[in-house]
Amino acid sequence: MWKCDYEDSALKIFSSHSCFTHHASLVLRFWQHFRISLYAMLQFKREGIYCTPGNFYIDPWRPVDAAIITHGHSDHARPGMKKYLCHHSTVPVLKARLGSEINVQGIAYNQPLSLNGVKISLHPAGHIIGSAQIRMEYKGRVVVASGDYKTQDDGLSTPFESVRCHEFISESTFGLPIYNWLPVAQQNEQLRNWVLQNQSQGKTSVFVGYSLGKAQRIMKALEGMGQLNVHYSIGKLNRAYESAGILLPAYTELDLREDVKKIDQSIVIVPPSLLDSNIIRKIPNMANALCSGWMQVRGARRWRSADAGFAISDHADWNGLLQAIKNTGAEKIYITHGQTAVFSKYLRELALDAEEVKTEFGTEDETVEQNTNAVAE
Amino acid sequence: MKAFATLVNALDSTNKTGLKTEAVIQFLKEADDNDKLWLLALFTGKRPKRNINTALLKTWAMEIANIPEWLFQESYSSVGDLGETISLVLPPPLNQKEASLSAWMEEIIQLKRATEEEKKEFVLKAWASLAGTSRFIFNKLLGGSFRLGISSKTLIQALSKHYKIDPSVITHSIMGNWDIQNVTFDKLVQGAYTDTRISQPYPFCLAYALEKELEDLGEVKEWQAEYKWDGIRGQFIKRNDQVFIWSRGEELVTDQFPEVKNTLLQWKGNFVIDGELLVVKNNTVANFSELQKRLNRKTITKKMMEEYPVAVYAYDLLEYEGEDWRYYELKQRRKKLEELISENVVANITISPIIHTENWKEMERMRENARLLNSEGLMLKSLSSPYHTGRKKGDWWKWKIDPLTIDAVLIYAQKGSGRRSAFYTDYTFAVKKGEELVTIAKAYSGLTNNEIQEISRFVNKHAIEKFGPVRTVKPELVFEIAFEGISFSNRHKSGVALRFPRILRWRKDKTVSEIDDIENIKKLIKP
Repeated sequence: MWKCDYEDSALKIFSSHSCFTHHASLVLRFWQHFRISLYAMLQFKREGIYCTPGNFYIDPWRPVDAAIITHGHSDHARPGMKKYLCHHSTVPVLKARLGSEINVQGIAYNQPLSLNGVKISLHPAGHIIGSAQIRMEYKGRVVVASGDYKTQDDGLSTPFESVRCHEFISESTFGLPIYNWLPVAQQNEQLRNWVLQNQSQGKTSVFVGYSLGKAQRIMKALEGMGQLNVHYSIGKLNRAYESAGILLPAYTELDLREDVKKIDQSIVIVPPSLLDSNIIRKIPNMANALCSGWMQVRGARRWRSADAGFAISDHADWNGLLQAIKNTGAEKIYITHGQTAVFSKYLRELALDAEEVKTEFGTEDETVEQNTNAVAE
Repeated sequence: MKAFATLVNALDSTNKTGLKTEAVIQFLKEADDNDKLWLLALFTGKRPKRNINTALLKTWAMEIANIPEWLFQESYSSVGDLGETISLVLPPPLNQKEASLSAWMEEIIQLKRATEEEKKEFVLKAWASLAGTSRFIFNKLLGGSFRLGISSKTLIQALSKHYKIDPSVITHSIMGNWDIQNVTFDKLVQGAYTDTRISQPYPFCLAYALEKELEDLGEVKEWQAEYKWDGIRGQFIKRNDQVFIWSRGEELVTDQFPEVKNTLLQWKGNFVIDGELLVVKNNTVANFSELQKRLNRKTITKKMMEEYPVAVYAYDLLEYEGEDWRYYELKQRRKKLEELISENVVANITISPIIHTENWKEMERMRENARLLNSEGLMLKSLSSPYHTGRKKGDWWKWKIDPLTIDAVLIYAQKGSGRRSAFYTDYTFAVKKGEELVTIAKAYSGLTNNEIQEISRFVNKHAIEKFGPVRTVKPELVFEIAFEGISFSNRHKSGVALRFPRILRWRKDKTVSEIDDIENIKKLIKP
């Protein structure tokens, strides 16, 4: 419950513990402030997650001077920052999405850097290519902001690396025990079998998946199965990756406003925004499949009446989240977007000090997923 | 179970009738005879009784998944289905085993005599051997509440297409009482057991809502007009001195209406009548809410029969002295029905009166007054029509009165179940009571998917409180609620109950100050 107003207070940590009377909330604010000034490296401000000694933000949602970006999805990489810092592979993605004129610096994983006395390094988050956890160390205290992550190796992104820390910021998009993914090899096999089945029936396999991350995974899984046609919005990001030296399977860029006959019975990948458009209805002999973690649930699959739904996600599943958190050894865990209330409650039952934090992550993707059933991530 | 799981997946993943039919035919080709029988059995409501309490299933699942109850509950409200929730929280199977649907069903039936320990052992072993859809199906079979994503019409069409048999013959053959032990699939579908069953009802003839101008129907004298009574449609069968009453939901409800049964037992002849079950007092049809008090009771007391006396208004004659009359024209059937009733005059079975008018204009006036008689409007039936199987366009039309409507505000929202589980789709609405709000109705349907998504976003943003799966939202969104009837009720806080409430449209042009007041709404109630 978020009854406490936060518009008037920049300094505030939101806890899930319920609503306070005005007086109590003042006391709490004071206490939080006190605690923060004692040792906390992090503040959850209205602009975003702030590293106090380092004087920079992580994935801020309002314009600030210095921003470290975990990955290129639009709810984490927003426009208007004076300076951006991210992984090398994320640089071209930011430029493609936010404009080539932005001031952005790329660094490698595990390449330490110092900012106002805070030691910073990026570590693979396994979410999409270039996605990074941000490790911050100050006076012996280590904090890790993981952005979005997955623990499965998708064969394309650098696999998730567990980083020991005192405080860990975790997402919880799929923080319910119903979300457990099959091994990646089996997921890929499902996709390939579906394509084979379509090919034998003379159908065009149309995959719907987020243009950054999911689309490239689908391409990788279907490498060698036939001509891969990708919507030009995906092509744009593919080129960004290729410019960073990432090898993708061969593909053809597609403008669906043009002739679609030539893609009959081939493999097509389109972004979720096209799902209900008239454009994809023109594709001849189409069978369409949604690829998203939400497809784990039958209701979600049936709602859209796609021809197939595959639970393939770039987020950690239930066990992935739990394992990742335990492996950090963190004494304090902040749960950002997703199933925040449920997941942090469960962590507390496991005797972990977990707390919900209100952020503006996942607002776009999550609502997109929940409300259009769930295709983008 | 592979073929069946493929079928369930295929039915889930399309809403195109053609593809669903294709999937069923594929199953008919691949599955063995017993599995096909089970498909029909599950579909026609002959699933075995539940032998394991679902609470036990839930407990065992929580135990194996090692999760607390509240977390299971949260998962459940996200999934919207118990069997599916269980299948998703369990760890992956250890060693997958393939067995046919019928093999599983036989084992499940055997559980009737098993101890709780034995049941647990069986279920746990099954869970450890099944993955994905198969595990989900197994849970649904255990729970005894499995629904396929297919309408009866589509299934029958698929059977008809595959076996090249008329759909009505198949409908007739697979309805009613057959026992999976005593039939073979081919013979069943081909109607080999049809004549032996004395309780056999016919498929109901259903009408579409009138979608033409009255003038386009031709002369008023070519049509039989009757009131569309608001009760329970039934089929009243008397063959060889036995009486069966079927509801339109294909349920045998004979014992719920002993007064009707006793009357029919005294009647002469063998026949099948189509009619409406209604509470009738002093020759006046009572509000549907009165009839509702008689439904789903284990025993019907004498007092109840006195307080809510049920009568039948007969519409049609389908069979007389063993002869199928459905192919005769309506005017002939009506004449015979009138004869039959006049030979057997008993107060609680009467004929549904015909409305005679000179022209359509007058007919419109009759329809406008229909609500005064507690009827929902008129039925228009071509005098030359046969008694069709199912819904056919053109011969029968229902011509309902325009619904009553009120403006109400959304105050609670809950996620739907099944395919609607990702969104807030179940809404509770309130109207004014002076300066306060009082809940008036729940409604689930009437909005487009886009509107549902928009409302879900509103609920996510504006939830004030959380009670389990229910969200209290800021009273802001106004909707026009349509309903077919209204009556006093002490079960509801507002003091009234609406019949068939549904959302007519979202009134984005209105604010909460413009919604209706309960006192004005009460004035709509007819005694």
